[in-house]
Amino acid sequence: MSEEIILDIKDLRTSFFTEDVEVKAVDGVSFKLPKGKTIGIVGESGSGKSITALSILRLLEHPGKIVGGEINFKDKDLTKASDREIRDIRGNEISMIFQEPMTSLNPVYTVGQQIRETLKVHQGLGKEQGTKKGVELLELVGIPSPKKRITQYPHELSGGMRQRVMIAMALACNPELLIADEPTTALDVTIQAQILEIINDLQDRFDMSVIMITHDMGVVAETCDYVAVMYGGKVVEYADVKTIFKEPKHPYTVGLLNSIPRHDVDVDELEPIRGNVPSPNDMPKGCRFAPRCPFATDLCYEELPSLDKVSDDNQVRCWIYSERWDGDPEVKVNGPERTS
Amino acid sequence: MNAEQANNQSTEQKKKKVDSPFKRSAKDFYKKLKKNKSALIGGYLIIALIIIAIVGPFFTVYDPVHDTDYMVKLQGPSAEHWFGTDHHGRDVFTRVIHGLGITLGIGFFATILGGIVGVLVGIISGYYGGRVDSIIMRLMDVLLAFPGILLALALISILGASLQNVVIAVSIFAIPTFARIVRGSTLATKNLEYIDAMRALGASDARIIFKHIFPNILSPIIVQASLFVATAILSASGLSFLGLGAQPPSPELGAILSNGRDFMWDAGHIALFPGLGIMIILLAFNVFGDGLRDALDPKMKK
Amino acid sequence: MFQFIVRRLLQLIPVLLGVTILVFSLMHLSPGNPAHIIAGESAPKDTVEQIEERLGLNDPILVQYGNFLKDVVTLDFGNSWRTSLPVSEELWPKFWVTFELSVYSTIFSIFLGLIAGIISAVRQYSVADVSIMLVALFGLSMPNFWLGLMLMQWFSINLGWLPATGWGSAEQIVLPVITLGTMGAAVIARMTRSSMLDVVTQDYIRTARAKGLSERLVIYKHALKNALIPVVTVVGLQFGSLLAGAVLTESVFAINGMGKLIVDRILARDFPTVQAAVLVIAVIFVLVNLLVDISYKFLNKRIDLD
Repeated sequence: MSEEIILDIKDLRTSFFTEDVEVKAVDGVSFKLPKGKTIGIVGESGSGKSITALSILRLLEHPGKIVGGEINFKDKDLTKASDREIRDIRGNEISMIFQEPMTSLNPVYTVGQQIRETLKVHQGLGKEQGTKKGVELLELVGIPSPKKRITQYPHELSGGMRQRVMIAMALACNPELLIADEPTTALDVTIQAQILEIINDLQDRFDMSVIMITHDMGVVAETCDYVAVMYGGKVVEYADVKTIFKEPKHPYTVGLLNSIPRHDVDVDELEPIRGNVPSPNDMPKGCRFAPRCPFATDLCYEELPSLDKVSDDNQVRCWIYSERWDGDPEVKVNGPERTS
Repeated sequence: MNAEQANNQSTEQKKKKVDSPFKRSAKDFYKKLKKNKSALIGGYLIIALIIIAIVGPFFTVYDPVHDTDYMVKLQGPSAEHWFGTDHHGRDVFTRVIHGLGITLGIGFFATILGGIVGVLVGIISGYYGGRVDSIIMRLMDVLLAFPGILLALALISILGASLQNVVIAVSIFAIPTFARIVRGSTLATKNLEYIDAMRALGASDARIIFKHIFPNILSPIIVQASLFVATAILSASGLSFLGLGAQPPSPELGAILSNGRDFMWDAGHIALFPGLGIMIILLAFNVFGDGLRDALDPKMKK
Repeated sequence: MFQFIVRRLLQLIPVLLGVTILVFSLMHLSPGNPAHIIAGESAPKDTVEQIEERLGLNDPILVQYGNFLKDVVTLDFGNSWRTSLPVSEELWPKFWVTFELSVYSTIFSIFLGLIAGIISAVRQYSVADVSIMLVALFGLSMPNFWLGLMLMQWFSINLGWLPATGWGSAEQIVLPVITLGTMGAAVIARMTRSSMLDVVTQDYIRTARAKGLSERLVIYKHALKNALIPVVTVVGLQFGSLLAGAVLTESVFAINGMGKLIVDRILARDFPTVQAAVLVIAVIFVLVNLLVDISYKFLNKRIDLD
């Protein structure tokens, strides 16, 4: 990889502190994001993917806290940046959009007021210029009659429209990095596709890097270049998008892939992953996925595997690919139907 | 097996296996109460006040009404008279200790009286719905159109100024607040599936209401009651202060206060101590009620 | 919105009718013949009959109520049984005194309550927060008539800074307004705090932070405006109870307002005056509640999330 790396996260650890107990929500996450590319962070809710995203902009709510690691954005370690510095980056160099467009806009201010605010804080634009730029931005994200929309309150807009406004707001200062935290989860399927298209399109146009937080492998397939699969606060598989779909290595990744419907596979072969995500304050001792893993052995329950390179494009945290594997040596993790 | 048999059998089984809904909700109530610090503090304070009000009068040296001594009238606090004396030379401490019981009694009595009526009205309104409900609720609206002690004032103007009439007036003013809350909770409970099941099994309305709905709406009633005791005491002592409630020489705290204000220039202590007493009572009930509400209704918390 | 207002106005009609019925029955439920109250117990029989005739006491009760309603609508409350003056003539000057007292006290409680509540919320669990909430709890538990007496004792009698009685001059206003406004301030402070704490966990506050706004802008621009919406309701309700609470405050400071009038005339059994005063306060209370309802609905339209 010879591209310029815009974001380099090393061993990020974020914990929540409640009544003397430290709950490790993100437990040593590392990944790199080249300029202009998209990385998907995938996992079920509770896997730590959203906390990872919030950690980058230091938007954690009390009692959450970054307890270790580095978040290198260009040349700066964001974990060590001052409040002032991080504020100058937020909404300016790094923007974020959230899962709930219905509640993410302030109900008592108009769309225009909220977009202008970002422009004023970071670029010092006045009301007139701000409105002009705001209309441009709304046009950019495909909102019809932007001049009218800009004077409206959020409750007058649909969910899809509100998410477009959020994107417009996020793009106001041409950020180099956009963090999208489940941007389509709360929307109708048809709207989902439109929103993803807008993000893809704008990414190309502005050479923007994107972190796409999602639980939906379909979204990953449509938008991402790289994928980090998270489980129990750790990355369990890290690969480029083609490899993930072609040769998923971790049983959890396979499970995620099997749980999305595909038009080329019979519906009755859809299988959910059994069991639930472990709660962060009650993590299994060994591999976090062991209790739900169809291949788990004693070793899996006893010891946590490390994230190892298994091929040029793939890193996996699983005992199956290690020399110490004590289960069936012929185990095939990815089912035969996963060939495309 | 007919419906009645099934009903009997099911209740018998229930008795064996689990506590009655009443006992269960009482246990549950106590568990939640213990967890909430402010409810506990308020609760202990209320118990302490009740004990003082009951036991205190046996230990006071003077008589609250008859021990007049004009040699020592309007004296400030001293070792002899902890809270000083009033214009008849009576011991203010004694009067306040005796008054505590009267004032608390008014609060409890008015709340229970008004609470019972309000709860019944609210249950009937919520359970039967329809025209009964809308007529009752319009009536409650009318009562609620009079803010604070105005309704009590209006009623006193008919009934005449006396302690009993204050209790009646304040309890009437309690009815709509209880009725509204109970109606809401009844509506919410009435449509639960197991209530439907009870009805299908042929349980009578009275049985459903008292055995099943009432235990479920007990929490909001208790919260409202503890907060209303404070309101009742505030209104009743206010009316006594205006000379429309307890009449001299009654040592009701509001009445002592009312009397004390005539001597503000010479003997401010006469008004000071009964007022402090009222404030401590109200504080105890407010803290208790707040804590209860937080403990019993997690939705309202934050 | 317009439909909502019309509907609420229509709902008001039965309530106001109920209020007039209740107030009307005050006189008729009370023991004793009104004519005797006016003319005295030992008045000659024909005088009493004359008065009964004049007041229409021999008409059927419905006719009497109809006449009463007609009088109420035209704001003609008849003559006082004590002073024989038209009630409205006596009432309005006193009404304005009470109104002023209530308005000033409301302003005082909003001002104090908002500031205290905001400080408390912004510095949750700090010494300032704990002290403010403790003071608010006391403020909530202090009977205002006692607070008034204590303020009077301290500032008028001991220090001699402010007059102990009366209404009108700037000095005379201070103590009654503090007396009447303290409880409201406590209620508003508690409400503001809990509302602020609720709002700061909302998604749009996170959005505001993600935009790079300073904490000051996040709190005072984005959080506060939303947090104030439920406070509006409380303020409205407070104003109503202030009108009633004014009765006690006026009594403490010997202010010649409507509250004092009611108490004096209850004792003097001057029913037309009591009726008029009670009716006026109830109607204002109902109207203020309506206003609060409408403004809440209006403000809430924007935050109606789904």
